[in-house]
Formats: sequence, C-alpha cells, structure tokens
Amino acid sequence: MPRTGPVTGPWRTKTASSAAGSQSLNRAGTLVAYGHCLWLYAVAGDADGPFPAGVTGVGGAAARPLRAAGLVAVVAEVDESEFGADALHRNLEDLGWLERTARAHHAVIEAVAGTYPVVPARLATVYSSAAAVETMLRERAADFREALARIAERSEWGVKAFVATPAGPDGPSGSPAEGSGRGAPGTGAAYLQRRREQLTARQDARREAVVSAQTVDAELARLSVSARRYPPQAPDLAGRSAAMVLNAAYLVADERADEFVAAVNELAARHPAVRLTLTGPWPAYSFAAPDGEAEDPR
Amino acid sequence: MSAGRDGGFTSQPDLPDAAGIGYGPAIRGERIALVDLLDRVLAGGVVIAGDVTLAIANVDLVTVNLRALITSVSNLAKPPTGAERNR
Repeated sequence: MPRTGPVTGPWRTKTASSAAGSQSLNRAGTLVAYGHCLWLYAVAGDADGPFPAGVTGVGGAAARPLRAAGLVAVVAEVDESEFGADALHRNLEDLGWLERTARAHHAVIEAVAGTYPVVPARLATVYSSAAAVETMLRERAADFREALARIAERSEWGVKAFVATPAGPDGPSGSPAEGSGRGAPGTGAAYLQRRREQLTARQDARREAVVSAQTVDAELARLSVSARRYPPQAPDLAGRSAAMVLNAAYLVADERADEFVAAVNELAARHPAVRLTLTGPWPAYSFAAPDGEAEDPR
Repeated sequence: MSAGRDGGFTSQPDLPDAAGIGYGPAIRGERIALVDLLDRVLAGGVVIAGDVTLAIANVDLVTVNLRALITSVSNLAKPPTGAERNR
C-alpha cells in the first residue's frame, strides 16, 4: 500500500481545503508536503490589555492572538510533521514528548491567564489554518462567552487527600517472622495473627481516611463555586506510597482564595486520618466545560 | 521561566508542612507535578474539534497514555529515598 505507507518521511496523504503551510495541498489525496498547523491554547475575551509578548509555545513558536467574533484565540504555529494528526497519535505515546508538550501548553495558558480570563483548550487541539480557527470561534462564541463568565475572577485549586500513614513501622516490608518472633509459641500462627492485625489496621486507616476526605470535600465545595473530582492517581504516578482517597478541583472566587487556603489548612489539622495536598491557583482547566459535561462522573 | 506567576491572584501564606498539609509545587512557582498537570490538560480544558485533530482532542487523549504513563512515570517519579531494609 504505497499511498499510506511509511510515516517516517516528510509526506502524508490527506485531503484538506486549506493549510497554513508553505506548500499547497493536493486535493486528490496524493502526496503533499508538510506545512504548519495552528495549536490552540485557549480562548479569551477580546478584552483590553496587551497580549503578553514573547511567550513560547509547544513548537517553539511564540503564541499570538487571533481575533474573531469578539473573542481571542491564543494560537501558535506548529510543525505538522510533529503536531499533525498522525504524528500526534505517535508522539502522545512518548512520555518525554508528552511532558514537554503539556508543560509548554500550560506555560502559555498561564502567561495569558495572568492578563485576562481564559478558557483553556484541551491538549492537542490543532487547526489547519487561521480561517479554521476563526470559523470555530464564530460557531462556538456563545459557549465561550458562557465559559468566560463562569471562570472570570475565579481560579482553580487542587486538593488531594492521601491515607495518613499510621505511626510506627508498618507495611508489607516489615518481616515479622525474622524478628523477635523466633522463640514465640506457634511462630506461624503468631505471624498470621500479626499479619491480620496489620491488614485490619490498614483497612481501618483507609476507611477513616475516606470518611475524612468526604468531609473535607464537602466543606471545600461549600467555599467553591463548583467542584470536580478526578479519579485518584495511582500511587506510582502520584509519587507516594500512600493511597489517594480524594483528587478534586475547586473553582474558587479569587476574593475567597485566602479563606479557601485557610480552610484547607484547618481541615488538615482537624482530620489526621488524611494528609492533604493543595495546588494552585491554576487556570480553570477543570471548569472550562459547563457543569455536567465533565467526562469523568467519578 | 519568569518568576511573576502569581499575578492577579492572592499571595500565598507560607504554611509549614508540619501542619499536616503539603503544598503542591503549583503554589510556589516551582515545578508542577506532571501527574497533576496531565489530569488537567488531558481531562480538563474545553473540548473543541480541531479540524486536524478531530478525534484526538475528544476521547483518545484521556486514555491514550495510561499504559505508557504507568510504566514510565513510575520510574521517573520514584521517591528519592531508597532505604528499605529490615533490621
């Protein structure tokens, strides 16, 4: 199948009506040269304030404003050979690439969010041309305005709760059979007994942590405009051995940020069964979509 | 990276870790944990169909890398302490 063959070369097959690249496309779907696409970072209101200059995005190109329908799309040129649809599918499997790209995406959004409210776009939203972006802005204008109104003067805060590690040695690494249990009667039975106790203690700790986390979440939700729960991160990913029992994002009015932070602190003191982690303020990633449209119901 | 990242937002009280709360790096302009960032850029953000990435932006991304992540990040994110011995 020569047409759809190796993807390593600077060629691909595609039909498209327009492209920002230097080469023109062949409508017949035969070989065409790679050009440039536009990576979308965020959409902002066409407000006041100068666009932050010189913020470098995912492909190394500076982010720039693209205006239509009274909105500003924050975009930058990216090379289709790296950020086109085919390449993206490949590159997203590469963790190093994903990390670089995610951080660059975030850096631009954050820089712009310092100037005006922005609706962050999900990673890897790519257009073939400025015209395509403008069309999108016009078609989705009402949605964006609604989202902008929702997040204006509000920020996202992340709170995670981990099961607090009980004091003293524990965990599966302890090997009771090797220690002082040597002379004890029925070593095997004693070992099993201790093992059971350990497991029970861990289950209790977890149960308690879950209950605490529910209280924490409920209280923080009261201080927030909106809340969203992400699935708990796997211990390996979170970089901690303790189990995560809450991974939530809260949309908080900026004027209440101090209050929110103080509440997290106070809740942490009041609930020793969990260890809390606070991150923020973030651009409102988790609240870019209207309530109920979030994809993970958990 | 510039240091001016708390523009517009409230200043952050410097709370001691001893209070039982750990501040994530996002609060202090340090390096944000990749996993927290991925939660947001892969599952958050508004989903808009790009004409180049119609499907990608939608669903694929959320699951795309779980496989790769779980194997790779676990190596990257290992806590630095390696002492794990039984006396």
